[in-house]
Amino acid sequence: MNSTSTNLLEIKDLAVEYHTDEAVIYAVNHVDFSINKGETVGLVGETGAGKTSIARSILRILPMPPAKVVSGEIFYNGNDLLKLSEREMRKIRGNKIAMIFQDPMTALNPIETVGFQIAETIQQHNSISHAEAHQRTCEMLEMVGIPGDRFKDFPHQFSGGMKQRVVIAMALACNPALLLADEPTTALDVTIQAQVLEMMQSLKEKVETAFVLITHDLGVVAEFCDKVAVVYAGEIVERGSAEDIFDRANHPYTLGLFASLPKLDATEKRLSPIKGLMPDPTDLPDGCRFCDRCPNAKDECSKSSPKEAEIAPGHTVKCFFSGGN
Amino acid sequence: MLRFIRNRLLMMIPIVLGISFIVLLLLEITPGDPAKMLLGTQATPERLAALRAQLGLDDPILVRFVNFLWQIVHGDFGTSFMTKRPVFEEMIMRMPYTLVLVGISLAVSVGLGIPLGVYAATHHNTWKDNGAMFISLFFVSMPVFWFALLLVRFFGVELRWLPLSGIDSWQSWILPIVATSLGFVATIARQTRSNMLEVIRQDYIVTAKAKGLPERKVIYRHALKNALIPIIMVIGNMFGLLIGGALITEVIFGIPGLGQYTIAGLTGRDYPVIQGSVFMLSVMFSLVILIVDVVFAIVDPRIRSQSGRKKHKDQKDGNKIEENTQKIEA
Ligand SMILES: Nc1ncnc2c1ncn2[C@@H]1O[C@H](COP(=O)(O)OP(=O)(O)OP(=O)(O)O)[C@@H](O)[C@H]1O
Ligand SMILES: [Mg+2]
Repeated sequence: MNSTSTNLLEIKDLAVEYHTDEAVIYAVNHVDFSINKGETVGLVGETGAGKTSIARSILRILPMPPAKVVSGEIFYNGNDLLKLSEREMRKIRGNKIAMIFQDPMTALNPIETVGFQIAETIQQHNSISHAEAHQRTCEMLEMVGIPGDRFKDFPHQFSGGMKQRVVIAMALACNPALLLADEPTTALDVTIQAQVLEMMQSLKEKVETAFVLITHDLGVVAEFCDKVAVVYAGEIVERGSAEDIFDRANHPYTLGLFASLPKLDATEKRLSPIKGLMPDPTDLPDGCRFCDRCPNAKDECSKSSPKEAEIAPGHTVKCFFSGGN
Repeated sequence: MLRFIRNRLLMMIPIVLGISFIVLLLLEITPGDPAKMLLGTQATPERLAALRAQLGLDDPILVRFVNFLWQIVHGDFGTSFMTKRPVFEEMIMRMPYTLVLVGISLAVSVGLGIPLGVYAATHHNTWKDNGAMFISLFFVSMPVFWFALLLVRFFGVELRWLPLSGIDSWQSWILPIVATSLGFVATIARQTRSNMLEVIRQDYIVTAKAKGLPERKVIYRHALKNALIPIIMVIGNMFGLLIGGALITEVIFGIPGLGQYTIAGLTGRDYPVIQGSVFMLSVMFSLVILIVDVVFAIVDPRIRSQSGRKKHKDQKDGNKIEENTQKIEA
């Protein structure tokens, strides 16, 4: 867990809160997370689990106020990103670490051409001429399957799927070492989702970039990821290689997620979703956060919270009954 | 685009004619007799009747309207009843004063209002923002005439720093321009601030930040440009209010502009003066609205592609100008 040498990015003890007028929302609660060069890690969890908050903390683009990073370190190349000056941070954003946002419809500036928006990123981080930036932008567009001569078109002239391709081209424009893809396909309809994912898959093979893929779609994770971390109420409750999670899932929440998936070969038609709701992030329970919904909950579960325990090399679970505790 | 502008210019003709006719109609149905105004209350009925005939006041309204149009086509706006001077010449002489007053006031409002709004928005929820917004609320709520009188009293009468009335030097412009523009500086600042705060929350601003752009580029290139789109509309509407404000300021500060002329015409029932000035003002309004729409299309590609791609759209846009003009009339 502490072999920092190969880690591209290492998050330690990250906690993020949103301080609104009414309450304090505990969105991310002491998360540890790391990713190696070129690796693809899936961050899975239901809505409101804190996935986007984790990703935005890395780039320091949380909305402040109301967001507050109350503890944690985020090491990238040996530097704690949270301690960098704004100037140094700018050299990382879009250049070393880029992000693809949840909703392509609103992620592009409506009154600038898509070409300008991509070229702008390239010129910000490389001292190259206008013509070269233009050239590179066209290459990026073609790479994501959009003709280069659409450089001068505006976002409203593209369909949703094409906009997401533009956003992806923009994110990859400076060859980042790490790409944070925040549900890159959720806002698209199913056929387009498949196209975009397929394109990302082939891009992944071409570029050296490490991916953090945020999603609540386990199918996408299975297809895409080397490793998986399952997020619940701002905590990582289970993590491991894709095989660990898909074949040997241990945490009751992970198991519940799989049980709620429609199965192709299943004879029974009914799904079994996890009962209940995620705890209120303004008022989290003292013990295990999943305790209220857990089929195996015992008395102790509501009293103290379990520690993360390694049940097999690289496979950790946060549950009293995981075998590790 | 050129086609769009040409169509809009053609649309102006019926609008300006309509306005001219309405003015004539309004003069007809409101009480008051120009002949009596000129000759005084002692005048004999015979002399009154003779003068009315001479001024063409006895003709039916349609005949007078056609006469008015006929004159205009020949660049003639008639002669003032009171001064006996040609209205057109008088207007051309006075026009620069009004244009300078309105133009500079507009420039000051925009030039100060927008940076102030951006400043308040980027210091949102600090005392700087609150202070700026409190002061601007004060100025927005203050009527132009009252503020103008305060300025005259303070800087003109008490301190004697600036000329009180008339236009002799550039200093004479200071008080009128301050009086006319201050409220609008505040209006634009408030509008810019709220638009900026709205735009800053948008996803594409986060995208711009996530690309590693410096704050300056995020604010000015991405946020402000988007925030300005609705402001262009506000500026267009403001022009109407500015003219209204200029009428008052011209009278208070004794500026020999079009506004003062119009007011004099109205109080003296000087029909040719009223008709001529309203005609001039409505042409100016229509042109400004056209300019606003063109600027809109230049800034916002979504509008541009509508008017460029679909040719039929032009006619619909034509209707909009009519609505706008009606608003100004009101
Ligand atoms: N700007 C904000 N102000 C207040 N609370 C916020 C804000 N953004 C997020 N939150 C809260 O923080 C918690 C985590 O949100 P986050 O967006 O990180 O979840 P997520 O896992 O990305 O969810 P989703 O799958 O819906 O995108 C939620 O309870 C959410 O309500
Ligand atoms: Mg999210």
